[in-house]
Amino acid sequence: MMKPAIFIVLMLLGLVTVSYSQDKFITKTGHVWFFSSTPMENIEAHNHQASGIIDTKTGDIVITALMKSFEFQKALMQEHFNENYVESTKFPKTSFKGKIVNLKDINFSKAGKYKAKVEGELTIHGETKKISHTGDIEIKDGKILVNAKFNVVPEDYKIVIPGLVREKVAKQIEVKVEMVYEPMKP
Amino acid sequence: MEQLTIKNGLMKFKILIISLTALICFNSQELTAQDDLEKLLNDQAGDETNYVYATFKNSRVLNGQSIETLKSRNFEFRISHRFGEIDQGAYTLWGLDQANIHFSLEYGIFNWINVGIGRGTYEKTYDGFVKFRIIRQSAGARNMPVSLVYLSTIAINSLNEQALNDYFTNRLSYCHQLLIARKYNESISFQLSPTLIHRNFVETAIDINDLYAMGFGGRIKLSKRISFNAEYFHVVKPSSVDYAFYNPLSFGFDIETGGHVFQLHITNSLAMIEKGFIGETTGKWKDKGIHIGFNISRTFAF
Repeated sequence: MMKPAIFIVLMLLGLVTVSYSQDKFITKTGHVWFFSSTPMENIEAHNHQASGIIDTKTGDIVITALMKSFEFQKALMQEHFNENYVESTKFPKTSFKGKIVNLKDINFSKAGKYKAKVEGELTIHGETKKISHTGDIEIKDGKILVNAKFNVVPEDYKIVIPGLVREKVAKQIEVKVEMVYEPMKP
Repeated sequence: MEQLTIKNGLMKFKILIISLTALICFNSQELTAQDDLEKLLNDQAGDETNYVYATFKNSRVLNGQSIETLKSRNFEFRISHRFGEIDQGAYTLWGLDQANIHFSLEYGIFNWINVGIGRGTYEKTYDGFVKFRIIRQSAGARNMPVSLVYLSTIAINSLNEQALNDYFTNRLSYCHQLLIARKYNESISFQLSPTLIHRNFVETAIDINDLYAMGFGGRIKLSKRISFNAEYFHVVKPSSVDYAFYNPLSFGFDIETGGHVFQLHITNSLAMIEKGFIGETTGKWKDKGIHIGFNISRTFAF
């Protein structure tokens, strides 16, 4: 009597695992960079090894980047960034987990440019904050090109900037994301 | 009739269970979808090697050099100062009147090779060095427990003395060190420095030209920007000679502020080059023959 029920339950449970299909697009060479401009000093760092994955069926996006992979022109600045500011030994990664809320406006199989409204959680230095921004998505040659720009306040993520050097870091730091996602091979 | 009602009841119950399960399954699928995506991403990432950085805050532990090297196209300007021995009393303001200095300019040709030149008061010595980074401490895909650096120094005594004026080569001393360091955690680093010093010219015939020593240095970070450093060199006393010098022992604090690192310390050595502070320390801690000193370094990038 219970056998069909168990069968159906097992089938349903089987749906919990992630399906491998052309729904997912991935990149391991995403470009994330940030820029702080003050009259005292400009700070700029580029990370060319950001990883990202987009599930086009659900609109879920996950982007992660290693803090140590942010490259500065001045080596000492990079060392201080890692050792004193973001403490990358304690918090090696920064990540964004979110969702495209206007998924129905985007046709991932048709070439074109779309505006994507993304909401999710950004984690830097072990602190997580909800953010919501609009970015550009372009579908081209079967790939997804993502461009986004947003501001980050260091204090929001408990990054301590001592009073002595506070004037050297901008209150709002501009973060830019430029990534090309390709279909994930199953 | 009763049997039908019971059958209906069971059916409804089954449908309820199945729907609830379906609901739970689909809901949890949404909740963990992003976590699953993240896991997928991590699986794709593969193993990385994490190289340790900032074992010490500076290219010096105290007197001796540390395994830290300057990055390519970076300059470091250093000024070091040792005051006189503090047992001299109030007349000389406990040694503050006497100044012994050393300044140097160091450059990173590549990340793994540094060069430097300097000049110090001690015997009016000009010195130069080459520093090679051989191995970096790392964890992850490639595991290496220590960092290894080779340091080669040459010191040229430029005093106006008969023996030195006779032959230029009498002015020369060499020092070779293999610096082995390990960063244990964010706070504690430790370094061993086996050393060989060769003096071309020594005072008497029974004095030895080659001196062997082992350096022990370490630091404990007290806060993000301040650390406490200690350093000791054990010199192998030559058996043939009544060795008149003492082993150098130093304690100090490193204070880092942006591009500068200040090192404030107490040491029984007056000289700031290897042949001097390792091989020719005349101060004795027990007799308060110690000097207050500081090093200031500033890094520039081009």
